[in-house]
Amino acid sequence: MTQTETYQTPDGRTIGGAVMEMKNITLRFGGVVAIKDISFDIREGEIRAIIGPNGAGKSSMLNVINGFYHPQEGDVLFHGKKRGPMKPHQIAKQGIARTFQNIALFKGMSTLDNIMTGRLTHMKSGLASQMMWWGKAQREEVENREVVEKIIDFLEIQTIRKTPVGRLPYGLQKRVELGRALAAEPKLLLLDEPMAGMNVEEKEDMSRFILDVNDEFGTTIALIEHDMGVVMDIADRVVVMDYGKKIGDGTPSEVRQDQAVIDAYLGVAHD
Amino acid sequence: MTKKNAGPELNTVPKLLARNAAKYGDAAAYREKEYGIWQTWTWSQAADEINALALGFLDLGVKQGDHIAIVGRNRPYFYWSMVAAQSVGAVPVPLYKDAVAEEMAYVLDHCTARFVVAEDQEQVDKIIDVQDDLKALDGVIYLDPRGMRKYDRGALFEFSDIQQTGRDKRAELSPELNARLDAQDYNTTCVMLYTSGTTGRPKGVVLSNENIIETGRATAEFDNLSVNDSVLAYLPMAWVGDFIFSISQAYNAAFCVACPESGETMQHDLREVGPTYFFAPPAYFEGMLTSVQIRMEDASPLKRKLYKTFMANAADVGPKLMDGKSVGLGAHLKYQLGKLLVTGPLKNTLGLSRVRVGYTAGEAIGPELFDFYRSLGINLKQLYGQTEASVFITQQRDGEVRADTVGTPSPGVELRIDESGEVFYRSPGSFVEYYENPESTADTKDPEGWVATGDAGFIETASGQLRIIDRIKDVGKLNDGTMFAPKFVENKLKFYSNILEAVVFGNGKDNCVAFINIDLLAVGNWAERNNIAYSSYQELAGHPRVYEMIQENIANVNASIAEDEFLSGCQITRFLILHKQLDADDGEMTRTLKVRRKIIAEKFDDLIGALYSDATNIKTTTEVTYEDGRKGSISADLEIRDVKTFPRKQVAA
Repeated sequence: MTQTETYQTPDGRTIGGAVMEMKNITLRFGGVVAIKDISFDIREGEIRAIIGPNGAGKSSMLNVINGFYHPQEGDVLFHGKKRGPMKPHQIAKQGIARTFQNIALFKGMSTLDNIMTGRLTHMKSGLASQMMWWGKAQREEVENREVVEKIIDFLEIQTIRKTPVGRLPYGLQKRVELGRALAAEPKLLLLDEPMAGMNVEEKEDMSRFILDVNDEFGTTIALIEHDMGVVMDIADRVVVMDYGKKIGDGTPSEVRQDQAVIDAYLGVAHD
Repeated sequence: MTKKNAGPELNTVPKLLARNAAKYGDAAAYREKEYGIWQTWTWSQAADEINALALGFLDLGVKQGDHIAIVGRNRPYFYWSMVAAQSVGAVPVPLYKDAVAEEMAYVLDHCTARFVVAEDQEQVDKIIDVQDDLKALDGVIYLDPRGMRKYDRGALFEFSDIQQTGRDKRAELSPELNARLDAQDYNTTCVMLYTSGTTGRPKGVVLSNENIIETGRATAEFDNLSVNDSVLAYLPMAWVGDFIFSISQAYNAAFCVACPESGETMQHDLREVGPTYFFAPPAYFEGMLTSVQIRMEDASPLKRKLYKTFMANAADVGPKLMDGKSVGLGAHLKYQLGKLLVTGPLKNTLGLSRVRVGYTAGEAIGPELFDFYRSLGINLKQLYGQTEASVFITQQRDGEVRADTVGTPSPGVELRIDESGEVFYRSPGSFVEYYENPESTADTKDPEGWVATGDAGFIETASGQLRIIDRIKDVGKLNDGTMFAPKFVENKLKFYSNILEAVVFGNGKDNCVAFINIDLLAVGNWAERNNIAYSSYQELAGHPRVYEMIQENIANVNASIAEDEFLSGCQITRFLILHKQLDADDGEMTRTLKVRRKIIAEKFDDLIGALYSDATNIKTTTEVTYEDGRKGSISADLEIRDVKTFPRKQVAA
């Protein structure tokens, strides 16, 4: 089901060919089968959502996508090339950045410093020259700070630039985490439940930022989300999982009418 | 009344700009924090930006007399837009950025704006919502393109593109621009500002170059503002004060206007910029003082001790030193030490270290609050003004500062109080007219140029300072003929932290009575410390010890009112504490939290009756509306108490 032809979305964005293809993925932890024979693709420039009830295997899927888990069966093709097992620093360099379901920031560090850590892969000067704060290291820091400041401006978090993130409310911490992921200038951005635990206003803000990231930077986004309403509003295509299996795949309106999806979400009488 | 008045040579804002660019070319004109760094534009750079934008406006087809609306937060680009609009002979109309689409539509339609300079997608969306009804609108210029990639570009222009076009066509369009600049004089409209209009539709106040330039020049001289000063522009651009401070005075004195990074970072940016000239409404100063007090309560014992000792000394010595009076050597030394240890660092934290001239206006300001800032050595003064006067009617001179007056007439202002007590003024700053509203203009401004303020006040015989009492429509008379000014008394009551709201009645009666709302936070805190248990507002409000406390507060207010030469009749004889908090949902207050006297008087008619009887308590039932719109009722048995009153001071005949 690899598609190569580009097309225009109704709102005028260009969706390109597949960035990432998952082919017959099966992931096991010992005897537990987390993901069973799943195939789908993520196309360049799109917002791709993965939804499903609790324990459906969504987060595992995300970990397979970014290479943290290596599936026992099946192939992951990134830009058409088959990908083998990787070390964390290799994962970071492939152009995929992510946020976590349970925020994983450095609580004692400021917003600015946290986002700055997202630039690590873009810093090339050695430890010695960074300690001396001279020449290349200084130039690099200034360049990277500029990128980070643009992200701070983009996410409208100037007020909390110097605030330790541990002191921030939940919704803002989520935004800082998005900022750190953006700082890596990813081609593919993975968001693990970006709206979990947020109120309606925070969800609206976050949706706006996700759409703007996609629109302004052309970043391909894959997100896991519980909130069906949000997913249906912002995603171009949706994969639905249940008990480790794919039970639906298509545009939000297609998925919404799929009987298997309705059963999984609303429950079905077992007779 | 079209008096021909070309004015002096520098008779328009663009001409002042040209002067500043020539004379102070390298001095900072604008600063804005962006991407975490303060960006600076000198006067010559600002002149270049404005010139490019003006040429771009010409290319867009802006005609003389067109209105250009500007909507966004305080940013250099929008100040440039205003001056660029003036340069091509158009009239800038700044709007409130948080206005909803319909409000914006009314103003845009009323002034037949041909172009709008809008900050971002949020503002553009509002205009797109209402554009079908705006026949005159020809285009929207936006600053921040974010999120608008897919918008129809037919009538949407990017700010930087307009400037680029202007730069590209400089040679071709400059002659036209120069011709338009030369055609302007003192009678040309400088700006049009809409008054917020608490009653009825907003009115467009037309201010001429004469109004703006004369006011700016005279008041900048009054406070010796110069190229070395700076101001932080953070109040709404649609408000006349911002136009006067950030354009009129800034261009006259050539001082620097700094714009905060965002609305929320203002406090932080204030500290970084350290302006020398600062304006804030009383609520702002109140909020800062509260935050200082709260943080001091949580500080270590040593710090608290230092704070207490040196602030007490500063409260005593600071204002005297500022007014040039002498103090003892010991007190002076202690003050200097305090400055090193406490008041200096505090001022720095508040961002007020360098403030040379500070103003507040708009509402009554509590004497303690005023003294706090004065004791820190901040030259905080009051002024009295309105849009129709290009702000300045009266202001306090250095060394003549008091909490309960608003100063002597500003340079060039004549003041008159009529028989009813209403304040009238005539000044170079008084407005030309309300745009397309001759009836309102005639109601407010008489043929001799006297403008009615709608405020009641009087001029103190001893000091010559003006005192504002209340809105004239609220001022009445007691049966013995003395003046009744409810807000004057209410403000005095509200200075006590226990009292959140007060409503005073007495018009056409023998004496005054009051409804009180306690401040649940302050009184609740006090109850906690004194082991008084309560489960609701109503229960706490009815507690005998709370009544005693309020009774004492009111008696103190009575004592201070008795001292007043005009208003000593307004002492409160009886009061009760209301069983519910006055609420906008119940229509008792406006959404901006001002009490609606008439509605309250009708609703609690039975309570007022009881206050004017001999009853010591009254049973009552009141309908309330909950936040979700449901209705319910609460009943209560309210206690009524008498308050001590004081003999009146003899009124000088």
